[in-house]
Amino acid sequence: MSAVLEPTGQTDGVPPYCAWCGGARADGDHAACERRLATVDPPRHCPVCARRMVVQVDPVGWTARCSRHGESAGANGFG
Amino acid sequence: MTAVDPSTTAGESGGDTGRDILAVAREQVLERGEGLSQEQVLAVLQLPADRLSEALALAHEVRMRHCGPEVEVEGIVSLKTGGCPEDCHFCSQSGLFESPVRAAWLDKDRLVEAAKQTAKTGATEFCIVAAVRGPDARLMEQVRAGIAAIRAEVDINVACSLGMLTQEQVNELAAMGVHRYNHNLETARSHFPEVVTTHSWEERWETLQMVRAAGMEVCCGGIVGMGESLEQRAEFAVQLAELEPDEVPLNFLIPNPGTPFAHLEVPQGADALMTVAAFRLALPRTVLRFAGGRELTLGDLGAEQGMLGGVNAIIVGNYLTNLGRPAEQDLDMLETLKMPIKALNDTL
Repeated sequence: MSAVLEPTGQTDGVPPYCAWCGGARADGDHAACERRLATVDPPRHCPVCARRMVVQVDPVGWTARCSRHGESAGANGFG
Repeated sequence: MTAVDPSTTAGESGGDTGRDILAVAREQVLERGEGLSQEQVLAVLQLPADRLSEALALAHEVRMRHCGPEVEVEGIVSLKTGGCPEDCHFCSQSGLFESPVRAAWLDKDRLVEAAKQTAKTGATEFCIVAAVRGPDARLMEQVRAGIAAIRAEVDINVACSLGMLTQEQVNELAAMGVHRYNHNLETARSHFPEVVTTHSWEERWETLQMVRAAGMEVCCGGIVGMGESLEQRAEFAVQLAELEPDEVPLNFLIPNPGTPFAHLEVPQGADALMTVAAFRLALPRTVLRFAGGRELTLGDLGAEQGMLGGVNAIIVGNYLTNLGRPAEQDLDMLETLKMPIKALNDTL
């Protein structure tokens, strides 16, 4: 995932929410979420505020838009 | 899944009692070009794992003899994502589930760009997909404008997948020059009510018949790993054969969060590959396409085995809501396997 999002409210450079499940990173193990994000899924939740994002997938990439925190983008999976 | 002696089931059709199912398939499918019956497909699916490579090798021979060495490459894009009123239990785009997928529309410029991206890979097919029960007037107008814009800038066959159609819509799409229409039956007729409750298998079948009658190519496949039995998988293969589709896309379930099938396991690679071989032996002349889920189920090595086991088409790049691997990786794989990409003028 190559995000262009400029997150705010993060701690030590790590956004507070999981971009796959939307859960708080501090509250659990998100290794399985990370595996999905590295392979078959674009982010569905804003990593800054956990809002569900509007995601568009195209043959070579994806864009994800949070109503509060703007747009991020990335390429294919399995990178 | 329990492996059984294939000789006990192979003999149930065609007077081949006691003969090994792959020996029967060699004569019936490879030599005579006749697809396997339901009982015979089941016998292939029930072969023990140590016969997988033999089944794949035969399926590859069948593909090479009846289809040739070319591989048809396709790209797809979602024109309208999410918010679907149907309840297909595998799909993250249903508005009836607590899925994280939100509704989105692709604008015309991005649609054309997606077609260009697809054409750059050497693909001959570009499929425009919408998550709907069937298209309304607004969607039909967007499709019309989108196809016109693509045709003005990109040399590629345009396919559509817009759900169930009326006769009028079928006629409109044919008049727009849609080359192929995708509408998956998804699974065996007997298993369909466990997968979808908001419409019937028969409604889908009716759309496919109208598409065929209007002169568009028929693309119809499904998803492996939705809780169907091997018997139902064999049933599905012969139901597809009865339809005589030009193309069968084979997907492998990606259990998506929020869907009723989120708890199901990703299909096992060996199971998926035996299914590939069995479907090729049921459909000797059809374009058999690797579609969604292959990356998770099969990985790189399994994808190569599938290409050498009956598959002769592939979706490259990303899918509708899930990501695929970069197209370059698949194109490199085809080059390594010395499989030429089908040219556009060979598809017309």
